[in-house]
Amino acid sequence: MLKLTLRKAANAVALLLAVLVLNFTMIHLAPGDPVETLVGEMGGATPALIEDLRRSMGLDQPLYIQIGLYVGNVLRGDFGHSYYYDQPVLTLIGARIGPTLLLVTTALFAATMIGTVLGVFSAQRRSSWLSHLVTVLSLAGFSAPVFWVGIMLILVLSVAFPIFPISGMSDAVGTDGGLLYALDVAHHLALPALTLALIYLAFYSRLARASMLEVLGSDYVRTARAKGLPRRLVVYKHALRNAILPVVTFAGLQFGQVISGAVLVETVFAWPGLGTLAFDSILRRDTPTLLGILFFSALMVVVMNVLTDLLYRRIDPRIKIR
Amino acid sequence: MSEVTIGQPAAAPQPVSPSRQAWRMFRQNHAAVVGLLVLLAILLISAIGPLVYTVPPGEMVWMPLTPPGRSAYLLGTDYLGRDLLAGLINGGRVTIAIGFSAALITLFIGVAVGALAGFFGGWVDTVLMRITEFFQVLPNLLFAMVVVMLFSPTLLNISIAIGVVSWTSAARLTRAEFMRLREMDFVRAERSIGAGNARLIWKVILPNAGPPLIVVAALSTGTAILFEAGLSFLGLSDPNAMSWGRMIGDNRPYILDSSWGVTFPGIAIFLTVLAISLIGDGLNDAFNPKLRQR
Repeated sequence: MLKLTLRKAANAVALLLAVLVLNFTMIHLAPGDPVETLVGEMGGATPALIEDLRRSMGLDQPLYIQIGLYVGNVLRGDFGHSYYYDQPVLTLIGARIGPTLLLVTTALFAATMIGTVLGVFSAQRRSSWLSHLVTVLSLAGFSAPVFWVGIMLILVLSVAFPIFPISGMSDAVGTDGGLLYALDVAHHLALPALTLALIYLAFYSRLARASMLEVLGSDYVRTARAKGLPRRLVVYKHALRNAILPVVTFAGLQFGQVISGAVLVETVFAWPGLGTLAFDSILRRDTPTLLGILFFSALMVVVMNVLTDLLYRRIDPRIKIR
Repeated sequence: MSEVTIGQPAAAPQPVSPSRQAWRMFRQNHAAVVGLLVLLAILLISAIGPLVYTVPPGEMVWMPLTPPGRSAYLLGTDYLGRDLLAGLINGGRVTIAIGFSAALITLFIGVAVGALAGFFGGWVDTVLMRITEFFQVLPNLLFAMVVVMLFSPTLLNISIAIGVVSWTSAARLTRAEFMRLREMDFVRAERSIGAGNARLIWKVILPNAGPPLIVVAALSTGTAILFEAGLSFLGLSDPNAMSWGRMIGDNRPYILDSSWGVTFPGIAIFLTVLAISLIGDGLNDAFNPKLRQR
């Protein structure tokens, strides 16, 4: 068990190092460099100043030395300085990662929970209205662009019926961290989280339904029923435990895609997370910030995969044997 | 001498080719047939629409923010006074072209990686699966955004960016199929009569792995269209080409004055992807009759 955990940890570290190196290489091989963008924004500069700027950013070194320096710095916890915001990248990301995690975990939690409930109920009555609803919902959720769903929700729930705020994470008042602030944030969180959750609810209700149908048809469920156990006990104690496994697996695996979805949702709702920061950094060619965001997104996915793995082992003891 | 009458042999059942069988199954799925018709209609409108409806999509033709039905321009105008209907008809071309070409690239990379990994196994498999893992860890939209921004947002670059971040599930599926098929008797038989690896991969195993890959192709097209819509919504699209996602992005700041500017292009994307996923579902059932029982 310890050996396996160590191997997984080593694997994860190697993966993250690869992420660092590849992203760095790609960004630095692309045509155009940040100094040109900076000079463009400044309205021109002398060749000597351009040379100085390039040297101060380390851009005059060969690529492999730049990579080595960058990876070395990252290992010491230094992600560099943002070209645009004139702040350490780590500070910038630190301020933005919280809101993104709040948005993503709320949405994913809601989607898996409600999705499992819908899936379990609809699997028991295959031709009920609920079952058809799950089918329609999953098709619609797969087909609708997430940002468009967000805009439509704003039009209905913020404009036509002004229940929720249009954008942002909190109103200017009451940012003292107290209960009022928490409620204010929750009020702002509702629509973006709902948008993201709707898209994933579609997927999880369908997955839970398919998985439950399969489990309900298996031999041990038939055995449990044959020995006279009440239906409720069979469904919730015997079947659900196994049917939920794919839901857990996918929730972990899909975390990266949920972050991607969050980029669009954050843009629509002006949610101050990593997604909006990433978008701004792309427009400004703020390479250090961009590299930091890509790394932290990958880190979140890797951590999430490890957590999924642990959770999986708790739910399904058979995994340990392998 | 009695005559021996030999009974006429019962008419042998006409052999039905697998593709014909699949088509029969597909036809029984009404939703899938509707999806196919809708997609064909959208393709037709995108192909000949701009020739019939010649209002230029990028020029001011009427007062800005005119609601639908109040002018000669059926769906109204956007914040720059551009005709929304013209935008929809012309924007479909970009969206669909990128959707299909990105799906093609997705499949090409996915099948190549999956086939090699599944066929050879061993260290080839280990290396390729590590690479796959790597691409699964990258947040796909974020990575595609960076690629498109760095290498300028042309139609080709956008397709490549989407393909590069989307191929992993196709690779995993192809690998699983190849691992299952490579030990089968017909593959061994081919190998024993001297078929080389290339022949085994392309001519023997791949055709048998076809049906699940066709379903993946349909789903990839849908995802790629959504992907393109997302990128162009963020402003990462070819500045010279109108697309549905870009229309939504352009009109988003004006939703308080004109909800139609974002609603119609969204419906167009939704219908296109819905049609494709209905077709995908139909294909899945058609190739996999066991699933129909569920």
